[in-house]
Amino acid sequence: MNFFESLLTHSPALIVAVPLLGAFLTPLISKINDKIRNAFVVFIVGLTGVLISMLSYDVLMNNKMHNYVFGGDSALIMPASGESFAVRIIFAVDGLNAFMIIIGAILAFVGVIYSWHFMKEHTGLDKYYTLVLLMIAGMLGMMLTGDMFNFFVFLEITSISSCALIAFYTNKGKSVLAGFKYIVISTIGALFILFAIALLYGQYNALNMAVLANSIQFNTFTDKIALVLLISGLGMKAGIVPMHMWLPDSYGQAPSSVTLILIGTTQAGLYALFRMVFTVFGRHITSPIELTIAGNNILAGTNLNSIVGIILVVLAILTMIIGVMMALKESDFKRMIAFAAVAEIGYMVLAIGAAFFTLSPSEITIEGVQVTFYSFSQAGQMAIKGGLFHIINDALDIGLLFLVAGAIYYVTKETSLNKLGGLARNMKFTTIFFIIGLLAVSGMPPMNGFASKLLIYESIYLINPILAIVAILCSILLLATFVKVLHSVFLGPKIPKFDEVKEVPASMLIGMGLIAIVIIFFGLFPNLILENIVQPAADALMNYSAYIGGSLL
Amino acid sequence: MITWESFLGSFDTGSGIWNPLVWVLSIIFILLIVYSIRRYGKTGYKEKTDQTQSFLSGNPEYEKEQMHIKASNMYWGFTESLKFVYKILDRMHTGNVSDYVLWFVIVLGCIFVLIGVI
Repeated sequence: MNFFESLLTHSPALIVAVPLLGAFLTPLISKINDKIRNAFVVFIVGLTGVLISMLSYDVLMNNKMHNYVFGGDSALIMPASGESFAVRIIFAVDGLNAFMIIIGAILAFVGVIYSWHFMKEHTGLDKYYTLVLLMIAGMLGMMLTGDMFNFFVFLEITSISSCALIAFYTNKGKSVLAGFKYIVISTIGALFILFAIALLYGQYNALNMAVLANSIQFNTFTDKIALVLLISGLGMKAGIVPMHMWLPDSYGQAPSSVTLILIGTTQAGLYALFRMVFTVFGRHITSPIELTIAGNNILAGTNLNSIVGIILVVLAILTMIIGVMMALKESDFKRMIAFAAVAEIGYMVLAIGAAFFTLSPSEITIEGVQVTFYSFSQAGQMAIKGGLFHIINDALDIGLLFLVAGAIYYVTKETSLNKLGGLARNMKFTTIFFIIGLLAVSGMPPMNGFASKLLIYESIYLINPILAIVAILCSILLLATFVKVLHSVFLGPKIPKFDEVKEVPASMLIGMGLIAIVIIFFGLFPNLILENIVQPAADALMNYSAYIGGSLL
Repeated sequence: MITWESFLGSFDTGSGIWNPLVWVLSIIFILLIVYSIRRYGKTGYKEKTDQTQSFLSGNPEYEKEQMHIKASNMYWGFTESLKFVYKILDRMHTGNVSDYVLWFVIVLGCIFVLIGVI
């Protein structure tokens, strides 16, 4: 095995280990010099990005699953009794994991580059960068792990570091309050998730997601409670309405560079929700099988798919409408983007939830046994692809808008839209980046948001036209929201107190520019992204048996 | 392996296709037409005369800073007509962390009824 192959083999562990190690080295390197520390953090995140690129390329292009078992070759051990147990922690990387860590890598890299100048005037940056690296490690761990308890550990690492970073401006009461609210909500959500994990462990004696997916019978009350707790807990982490209220507070008060990475952690929660519903409980929700022998139902499928579908669609509609209506009314720049982010989450959940209604049976008879399989229709598959594509697009679009808000705050020390105006004259690049973000988040062609929203609208229309109409209306309101920002912040006459305002420093422009380039690239070549990144992720999501087979081999 | 076809190809949405490159080329073509029409426009106006001043139905022109419409004043009609909805939304968003937890418990209860009981 050459060095490259060895690196690829160990990359799932290294992707978490490198930022984790970097986090603990950062305070030491801070003692030398601030610039060296900043360069070190950029190097660490860049190295993590290289590892993610290698691993994702291998998973997505070669269509294979990477497993990394800690402490052995296989997650299963076989004691003398002959019965096998999955006790080792495993990182199982399929198309969906690879898709998510790409998002994490982009947000993390841009976040630390942007921080270079954005946080320059603040003290305590050794702690800031340590916490940022811890948050990145936790976020990537959540996206990679195939072990339920390990997922909880990474969730806690992410929550604690995020809380400290949200409250980073300790001189501002609102920031500290937002940090407090975040930790209360995160802890409660995480405890419910832990409770669900404990219930599943007690029932099936396993923490491995693949083993659980293979074992869950869904015939006991405990299974149902575990599913309820997981959907609610992870729904809250993902910012689904009406459990979203922590999100505008946290996104609004955290430094913009932190908010960018926070978007990644929120989407890690959304990923986990999809993983639980599609994979861990997949056998009973997305792929129920019925066996009928001589007219008698031996194994009957459940109608859980329509119940989970209803729950997700109702929550998604609420998320879109309430998110966009609150955004339209808001006059604080960052809180407005945060509400828009809530609305955007609704699109992803709507697409995935509506797909559940398209599960249709196909029957085959093998030696007198009638087997009924359920699979997604073409519209359902399109909706899932659209929903997943929108995850990456939302992260980029909302991320760019937060960076623009950060840039405005950096030069004006103001986030109130009522006090801003005429900044396009002095901040030409920032204005261009804002317009790119505005068009992208509103789903205007040819930006990336259009491609994913088009997929969502068309597929949802085939499932239920009313849902598609609501989604399009919310998108129009999102456009109206950001046109309001364009007018009140960038257009209009010069405000005398902002006469001396200049464009932001290079590192912040590079950060915004990088995301803008990716947005335009995704927008111009959506087919490339769909075929090579989104399709493998959608395949992985829809085929829970491939995850089980790939993880336990 | 990434192919040119996946780079430049249109994607199928199930009921239609989308190719942004065709869209961009169309926009460039339209902009060229707009530009060519614009070239026929009059350029002979006198700068810094009444010709270039805005006409406000005879009302005096305010200072430029005062003329900037603030964000809170935008979409007034929309928010005013949906006041009853915003009242409910404002009551939801109290900013009190206990209420955040309460909403979580409500959702948990509803999902429990749907999955656990029904």
